[in-house]
Amino acid sequence: MIWLTWRQSRGGVLTMAALLAVLAVILGVTGPSLAHDYSAGLAACGSGGDCSAFLEQFFDDNFAPFLAVTAVMLVLPALIGVFWGAPLIARELEAGTHRLVWNQSITRTRWLAVKLGLTALAAMTVAGLGSLAVTWWASPIDSAADFPRMEPLSFAARGIVPVGYTVFAFALGVTVGMLVRHTLPAMAITLAVFVAVQIAVPLMVRPHLLPPTRSTIEITESNVSRFIRANDDLLVEANVASADAWVLSSHIRDASGHAVAVISMPSTSGPCASPPPDAEEHADPGDDPYVAACLAEIQRLGYRQQTTYHPSSRFWPFQWYEAGIYTALALGLAGFSAWRIRRLPA
Amino acid sequence: MTAALRAQGLGKRYGRLWALTDCTLDVPAGRVVGLVGPNGAGKTTLLNLAVGMLTPTSGTIEVLGGRPAASPEQLAKVGYVAQDSPTYAGLSVEDHLQFGARLNPGWDDALARGRIRRLGLDLSRRAGKLSGGQRAQLALTLGVAKRPELLLLDEPVASLDPLARREFLQDLMEAVAEHELSVVLSSHLVSDLERVCDYLVVLVDARVQLGGDIDTLLATHHRLTGPRRDPARLPADQHVISASHTDRQSTFLVRTEAPIIDPAWTVGQIGLEDLVLAYMSQTAANRDSGHGSHTDDRPTLEVQR
Repeated sequence: MIWLTWRQSRGGVLTMAALLAVLAVILGVTGPSLAHDYSAGLAACGSGGDCSAFLEQFFDDNFAPFLAVTAVMLVLPALIGVFWGAPLIARELEAGTHRLVWNQSITRTRWLAVKLGLTALAAMTVAGLGSLAVTWWASPIDSAADFPRMEPLSFAARGIVPVGYTVFAFALGVTVGMLVRHTLPAMAITLAVFVAVQIAVPLMVRPHLLPPTRSTIEITESNVSRFIRANDDLLVEANVASADAWVLSSHIRDASGHAVAVISMPSTSGPCASPPPDAEEHADPGDDPYVAACLAEIQRLGYRQQTTYHPSSRFWPFQWYEAGIYTALALGLAGFSAWRIRRLPA
Repeated sequence: MTAALRAQGLGKRYGRLWALTDCTLDVPAGRVVGLVGPNGAGKTTLLNLAVGMLTPTSGTIEVLGGRPAASPEQLAKVGYVAQDSPTYAGLSVEDHLQFGARLNPGWDDALARGRIRRLGLDLSRRAGKLSGGQRAQLALTLGVAKRPELLLLDEPVASLDPLARREFLQDLMEAVAEHELSVVLSSHLVSDLERVCDYLVVLVDARVQLGGDIDTLLATHHRLTGPRRDPARLPADQHVISASHTDRQSTFLVRTEAPIIDPAWTVGQIGLEDLVLAYMSQTAANRDSGHGSHTDDRPTLEVQR
């Protein structure tokens, strides 16, 4: 049975192994120099103090490959679900070969268990190795990025969750294939369902894996990250205490606690008046004396920022929870398949 | 001796349609059983029930004393070559032999390779590139080399030309003689089975119409020709299967254990094919006169010589 599983899947496995090897070689060759550039750059600017310019430059320079490897990790589970999972049983049912193999001296439950188990193991190995390589290679870029690593896009493409996604996508494909009994429709349905799940989970499930932290802070010149004047309306935003946090929602509330979209302050006079046209431009609004004066007034009027977020320290707990959830879903689907296959009509 | 196949009130329903109803059979081991009936009569359903590809809606079926596909041991005892001889199109003949060897503890590799060599099949050729006849032979090889006690073949010759058909059956008979197999093979052609079977089951409209040892069946059925007579006036132990009348003359096909003693009759022997056709047209007649439960038209038995 192990032989048969290998004989039937070796084309797909070898193709995947070859792709993985190519990826590993590319990452292995470019990774060390990338890490060196990063640490050398940091050391160079570290003596001067402010590294933000270097970090921005470094991220921009490496943005294309960063996007590419992230995309690889996002697409990999779907590929395995569609090309390994969906055809696993659907192809047999379609070609009628299940009537051959289910009449050898082996029960169809065992046939399914070996096929499912071994192929899932191969899929998890591929995803694990891929994610390991990508997580290692991209770590300097992730550190330089100005968005938190818990941001859905990079969260899903790093660490151990790709393994969970992959085993789930695979089990999903197998189950859909068994129910639909035709390879192509099964592949399409698997892809659609998997994409829907991958969109729904970061929006609806992941924020609630742990109760989010809620903080109400004053906006000062030391934490202000955005300050935009539009006539009499002010749009202001502050960084939360943990700079690398995954912010779920952020509101400005007035003194009575109502959420407001913008703060209305006269722009022609008073502390929030527009600066004279010849005033110096500042990249960081916190350095601008006009902004500082305005913020002090806003604070005095009782405006506060209320932020709901997950601190970056939750990256690994979330990785484990989510990988666990997907693995449990995969096991559920595998259990269903094992139950279903014994009742599957010829 | 355990029966090769024993069914009690066996039935299988798909939605509202019964593919097989009230099937009671007791086929002894060591026989070559022909399962005959028109397309859609329920032959494949019966075979699929026997190998556990389907589960019964009603009744029970026992194969070699066990529940179909209940265990690896049961699976090892029963060989099945499904309709259209499924094989893995992407795997070579050699791969199929490996497949058989690795999935069957009782695999007879010498037998399998001997057959493949005799058939002149190229080991490296993919099954998808074989002709229909070669694929059927490959599937039969897998079924035989598994060394089952009972081999079930669903329309094994349907895709073969007349010459390949003869060779296939000849080959099957050699295997049967050599390995003391019980065999059940289905066909919608009586002529295919006549040469090889010693037991017959006729299935029409999802029901078993006739079942028994062929010699016994032939010995207990007689064609009576004589002066015109009402079938009701025949002796009680003579069951009329079919009757035809001219103005003066009646011809009956009757089943009886007793000898025909009435001197008015000219008693004739009946061939297997005529016998089967008589049973099938009996069903058709019942259906036409509204006695039958089935109203859909099914193709009748094809006769080919």
